[in-house]
Amino acid sequence: MKEQINEIRETAVKQINSCQKTNELTNLKVEYLGKKGKLSLLLKQMGKLPPEERKTVGQLANKVRNELEQNLEQKMAQIKLIEQENKMKSEKIDVTLPGQKFQIGNIHPLSKVMKEINDIFIGMGFSIAEGPEIETDYYNFEALNIPKDHPARDTQDTFYINDNILLRTQTSPVQIRVMEKQKPPIRIISPGRVYRSDSVDATHSPVFHQIEGLVVDKNITMSDLKGTLELFVKKLYGEDSNVKFRPHHFPFTEPSAEMDVMCFSCKGKGCSLCKGEGWIEILGCGMVHPKVLKECNIDPEIYSGFAFGLGLERIVMRRYNIDDLRLFFENDMRFLSQF
Amino acid sequence: MNLSVKWLKDYVNIDNLTIKELTDGLTMSGSKVEGFENENDKIQKIVVGKIISIEKHPDADKLVVCLVDVGQDEPLQIVTGATNVKENALVPVCLNGAILPNGTKIRSGKLRGVLSQGMMCSLSELGLSKNDFPYAIEDGIFLLEEECEIGQDICEAIGLDDTKIEFEITSNRPDCLSVVGLARETAATFNLPLNISSPKVKGSSGNINDSLKVDIKTPLCSRYMAKMVKNVKIKPSPRWMRERLRASGVRPINNIVDITNFVMLEYGHPMHAFDASNVSGNNIIIRTAKNEETITTLDGIEHNLKDSMLMVCDSEKPIAVAGVMGGKYSGVQEDTTSIILEAACFDGANVRKTAKALNIRTDSSVRFEKGLNPICCENTINRACELIELLEIGEVVGGTIDIQNFDHKPKTIHLDSEWINNFIGISLSNDDMTKILNSLDFEVKDNEIIVPPHRIDIEHKADVAEEIARIYGYDKIPVSTIKGKADGALTETQKFKQLINASLIAIGCSEICTYSFMSPKEYNKIQLAPDCDLRNSIKIQNPLGEDTSTMRTTTFPSILSILSKNYNNRNEKAWLYEIGRVYIPSEENSQPYQIDKIAIGTYGNCDFYTIKGIIESLLDQLNVSDVEFVAAKGMPFHDYRCCEIVKNGKILGKFGEVHPTVSENYKIGTKAYIAELDFNTIFSARNELNTYCGIPKFPASVRDLSLVCDESIESGKIEKEIKNNVGKILESIEVFDVYRGEQIADNQKSISYKLTMRDRTRTLTDEEIDKVIEKTLTSLEKIGVKLRFQS
Repeated sequence: MKEQINEIRETAVKQINSCQKTNELTNLKVEYLGKKGKLSLLLKQMGKLPPEERKTVGQLANKVRNELEQNLEQKMAQIKLIEQENKMKSEKIDVTLPGQKFQIGNIHPLSKVMKEINDIFIGMGFSIAEGPEIETDYYNFEALNIPKDHPARDTQDTFYINDNILLRTQTSPVQIRVMEKQKPPIRIISPGRVYRSDSVDATHSPVFHQIEGLVVDKNITMSDLKGTLELFVKKLYGEDSNVKFRPHHFPFTEPSAEMDVMCFSCKGKGCSLCKGEGWIEILGCGMVHPKVLKECNIDPEIYSGFAFGLGLERIVMRRYNIDDLRLFFENDMRFLSQF
Repeated sequence: MNLSVKWLKDYVNIDNLTIKELTDGLTMSGSKVEGFENENDKIQKIVVGKIISIEKHPDADKLVVCLVDVGQDEPLQIVTGATNVKENALVPVCLNGAILPNGTKIRSGKLRGVLSQGMMCSLSELGLSKNDFPYAIEDGIFLLEEECEIGQDICEAIGLDDTKIEFEITSNRPDCLSVVGLARETAATFNLPLNISSPKVKGSSGNINDSLKVDIKTPLCSRYMAKMVKNVKIKPSPRWMRERLRASGVRPINNIVDITNFVMLEYGHPMHAFDASNVSGNNIIIRTAKNEETITTLDGIEHNLKDSMLMVCDSEKPIAVAGVMGGKYSGVQEDTTSIILEAACFDGANVRKTAKALNIRTDSSVRFEKGLNPICCENTINRACELIELLEIGEVVGGTIDIQNFDHKPKTIHLDSEWINNFIGISLSNDDMTKILNSLDFEVKDNEIIVPPHRIDIEHKADVAEEIARIYGYDKIPVSTIKGKADGALTETQKFKQLINASLIAIGCSEICTYSFMSPKEYNKIQLAPDCDLRNSIKIQNPLGEDTSTMRTTTFPSILSILSKNYNNRNEKAWLYEIGRVYIPSEENSQPYQIDKIAIGTYGNCDFYTIKGIIESLLDQLNVSDVEFVAAKGMPFHDYRCCEIVKNGKILGKFGEVHPTVSENYKIGTKAYIAELDFNTIFSARNELNTYCGIPKFPASVRDLSLVCDESIESGKIEKEIKNNVGKILESIEVFDVYRGEQIADNQKSISYKLTMRDRTRTLTDEEIDKVIEKTLTSLEKIGVKLRFQS
């Protein structure tokens, strides 16, 4: 009987090893180890054996059963792996074919950079103030220390609705409106559209965007102005940016300055981008003129402040190397889809 | 303002500074340098030569062959066609490889077979004119009458070796529109002494008051000073004066005119010279013009005057436009023998307006309109007389006419060094500040600052702070951060706008930016009714053209124009949006209503239900629920494909397909869809709180109903009926099919709805659902809607 068991073992192992498919393997399991399988049938004849042999034959039979079960299991895992591999092989695709893109829209480049600038200032504790684009002469000029007949009015070619109402030429009127309503501390920026009667060409548009800022509090100094704007430039153009403040004149600030940033392309050596100067003018700024504070009922003996303003279009044009301002307002999809 | 460096050196010793140091330093102290140019940069290898011999060209009648000594071992042989060459004459000679100011290169070569080793130059070839060298002729070789040496560089020999610096002077600093002003800035910036002294006039016999009377008949003239010069000899000015004028961009004319220009450039205060014989009645009257008076100005143009314009007149007529330009017939002529010099102070605003109205802008008007101090008249007129005496042009008659109408008291400002230090963020001592102020001609006595007369811009201690900061150096001011309370954040509406942007972009629309202007023609293009309120728009008084003549009252033309541009640029598809303003007139003389709109426009890969879907998805994102879509009409929309969005009786916006005529007007050759939503109405219609609602524990029951009804019955009505009948347990209702055709009668349609019903507290039984559906179907039948089948 021992020989018979060993015989069964041998043929079973052979068959298991040569098996290729999962269903064949399942059949083999039934054939040998099932209730009516070869091994079971053989063991049913154990009763006929002498008692002393039963023990050893029983042990052998169990050993063979365990071995076959293990073999079957291993083989099963092996075949499954192969079958899975084959399946995947049959599912091979050309991964270089294009994906199914989602049609997401694009934000306008002016908004994109405007948001970036707004976010920098919000991070520094500024709020965003907005105001009317059709303004009164008072807010656009008079309150900003630009009385009638002031030469500065000549340089800002203004669109008038009537003698008293005009299209704002700067977003500074928002500063006045904020100072009238809010007691210091004030920390705002006012982004928005402004208008000047410039004919349309590659660098001029009768509508463009400005971002102005205003800080008023006790003990605000020109050092704060420098520090704040330097920080802004480093966040916008990178930590290694260099700035320089040059004296300038604006009717509503005193002292006034223009801030230049070292040319990104030539690092100050002078190139075509900076017209050989090594520096690019970015914004105008200054300490709020005490007359302007007074006009808004803020005591200039107690409070001081600084203000700044920059033109958005020029910054965006430089950022993306856009050479014609008209592209912003033409809104061609081939332009918009690049941002 | 162009500054001659030679002239600047008359006042400050800048020999230790390079031009780069000079210009950088001045820029950083507030006089912005736009650029500089050496007069001799463009001229190379041109030297003084002496003509030794002149012989006829063997093969050309009109050419001669000259031997010219240029200081080299051998004289050069030069062929020329000029007829004014003379033996022993000194001439400018281009050596082989020379470069002329216009860029031309001169090389030796053969002229009609004869070797020519260079070229002799004319005035114009050197970039000069007869004004620069009155003794020379225009068309011929420039025969030098200067003291110079053979072989000497020509630029050095004729004084063409100045450097011009171009400044951008800000409007508050008219004093820097002068050599002395810039010399003062240079001295203060580099801490150098300023060499300036008051002009001195010797004078001669007689008294001006015997032969001239001046009357000021207007408050617009705060001072009028006059001096008289007799026995005047009109001739060209000396070379040093012509050089300085040329480098400043002013054309030399004759000694008197040149002196008035020279003094204006030097001191910054304009002046004028009249031919005394042309001042009738020996009377100068400063008054405003009479209507219908005219004047022909120096440039030969006749102007009609208005009664607001300030004039210098004689007893009969205007002889100069005050502060702007002199009259043609009262000016200095070749044969003038006696002159009246004027240094006056005219009202800046009046000069500005007059110059603008007459369309003349002069060096004089530019200075007056920024504001000048009457005190400065005195030095100005004295400097002119000093130069007249120095150059021996004539005799300065004794006495001065000086009519004054101003306050002599200088402005004083308390030197509050503590305030200034705190304001700027520096710590300078009183002495340091005084030193800076002194260098700019401010006197400081007992902490009181006396503002010099030329500084009309200094009024407040903040102005003083700027003077100190800029001379101390903006770059030396330390850097600090703002202290104190900071609560930066977006407002609710600003956040809402960001959400709109993010949502529309996610949906697939691209943001655009359009002008707020509009041509009134656009109202016709979008076919607005003649009496439509939207036609009433804000008009701009001084537009650039029709396109910028009104402010838009609707965004439709803006979005349609951009759709049209994209369509005609052959872009397959454009889905666009803008949050843009419209401007609606309010009461007369007050600011209009400025209202934000959300404009959307699409063409390509879309239909009516696409734009409706865009709006529905947007409103979902914005948490605006329970809106109704109501069929509507009106331009610029398709009569049967337009819809208003309504919530609680308020219209949030309108959208639909573009009317075919409007599409045609905008040359859009495909179906386009547009929308305009009102920002504020939508903002108010949003559900502010969006609380979490637990995930349901009990299953939903789903029923599909295919209904049939007349075409005229809108799905919205059916949905409303279903909602009313099913009640609270209706979780959602969805249209999944609309069918017309076989099995459906003509003029009828079948709409299939999927109803999802759920009770959040228990499982609904089939019997319950059946009952509700039955009830619903009964109601639907009453409005003409029948069941086709259900599942």
